[in-house]
Amino acid sequence: MLAVVTVYPIVRVIALSLERRVPIFGIADFVGLANYAFLARDGAFWGAIRVTALFTVASVAAELVLGVAAAVALRAQRRGVAISLSLLLLPWCLPGVVTGRIFEWIYHPSAGLMNRLVAVVASAQPNWLGDPRLALPAVIAADVWRTTPFIALLVYARLVGVPAAVYEAAAVDGAGRGATFWRITLPLLRPVLLVALLFRTLDAVRAFDLMFILTGGGPAGVTETLTLYAYHSLFQTLQLGFGSASAVVVGALVVALAWGHLAATGERDAV
Amino acid sequence: MRSSGLADALVLGGVTLYATPVVWQLATSLTASGDPADVMAGLSLAHYRAVLGASPMPRALANSVGIAAAVTLLAAALAAPAAYALARLPVAGRRLLLLGIVLSTALPTVATVAPLYLIVRALGLRDTWLAVILADTSFALPLSIWLVVGFIREIPRELEEAAAVDGAGRLAALRHVLLPVLAPGLAAASLLTFLFAWNEFLLAYTFTATEASRTAPVALALFPGVFETPWGDIAAASMLASLPPILLVLALRRHLVRGLLAGSLKE
Repeated sequence: MLAVVTVYPIVRVIALSLERRVPIFGIADFVGLANYAFLARDGAFWGAIRVTALFTVASVAAELVLGVAAAVALRAQRRGVAISLSLLLLPWCLPGVVTGRIFEWIYHPSAGLMNRLVAVVASAQPNWLGDPRLALPAVIAADVWRTTPFIALLVYARLVGVPAAVYEAAAVDGAGRGATFWRITLPLLRPVLLVALLFRTLDAVRAFDLMFILTGGGPAGVTETLTLYAYHSLFQTLQLGFGSASAVVVGALVVALAWGHLAATGERDAV
Repeated sequence: MRSSGLADALVLGGVTLYATPVVWQLATSLTASGDPADVMAGLSLAHYRAVLGASPMPRALANSVGIAAAVTLLAAALAAPAAYALARLPVAGRRLLLLGIVLSTALPTVATVAPLYLIVRALGLRDTWLAVILADTSFALPLSIWLVVGFIREIPRELEEAAAVDGAGRLAALRHVLLPVLAPGLAAASLLTFLFAWNEFLLAYTFTATEASRTAPVALALFPGVFETPWGDIAAASMLASLPPILLVLALRRHLVRGLLAGSLKE
């Protein structure tokens, strides 16, 4: 069953990527690696790789820092932790399209929350999603908002498992707050942070809904990630062969990342 | 600790501030003008009435409920036996299979949407629930199996062996001994599957064409506006599309956390 629903499409997409296939014209020719050769020459493809890399590095870095900070704050909380956890899970569980719609409205040039706040301190009213310099940071901010809670939750769960005695011993040894965090908390969090890093990197490379709703890849392609590039080549022009080649690139990239992580952390043996 | 009350208040204030984007959308949906600044002037359900009375949303919500429920049931029904076999039976090439399953949980939907599209077209399933259900299940299944394998491994083998000694057949032992112990784990995996199927956009957007099968996220992405964008209506539609995941997560938070941790902290 698994072979049918998961493996067959993978084999098929690789086969498709070697064809010139445009269903509306009834075209289905074998062209070998021609689609990949075209990809390698396409400036928009390299642009999409650059956007994906920028988006992934910036959003994952911001999420890790904010997530750890939030988890440490949550761990210090005495009462109302359940309320905090529920509120934090709210952004995480929303459909991506809803998050897109929420931020589309927040970034609205004249009526959005962002520019209402900006108006308090400055007269400029930036067009967050329409300005090529601002669009990618704006999309990244929305992604960070949506996914930081996931990291906060993972890290918080690890912190809960640390015996209080560890911190008491550190206090007895005269370690300050900063030293305790850098020397004790962070090393303890290393394994969970590696897992969070992998999960979030995969999700960031796979991200689609947010940019699709917020910018559609624009303005001028500055937010067109590999997934959007692949989707556009697949379904805007229905070039299933060429589109599949870019889809294979995304899939291979993601699977390679996951494989590399398993190999590096030795978790392959846990399988 | 001194002033722990103040610290608690600060953290709670922080997470509340963090939820501002949702609150802003909620306020937009509840004001007649669609301007959240008017929220103090009085609440109105006009946008909800408009969305529920004259938009594709009600049908889309019904589609989403049906599709997400079917995916959840199908994935659980397939994942449980597959996971049992992988965890307990001498399956040839088990390590390779498990590795393949872990790696395929990483696969992006865009990677295989083209062959799935051709399959759906060949089977004449375009714009049906079944198309979305099958596509979603193919993506939900690897994670479900992986999670349930982990949960089964946590259960001591002796439990089933004891049942066998008592004269229970393998199937009876599974139903009456293993399944009850496994139930919380299955619930956690099913919750994640439901959230995935409810929130999934790319596949549903590709395989649907009309209101007959469009899911809530697709209808929200395509929300109609003739001359100007109806922000108040969109806000109301967003809240409606978010309600099921929010309620489920609040009600089943513990199961959810268990599923998330199991999925990420495999030792």
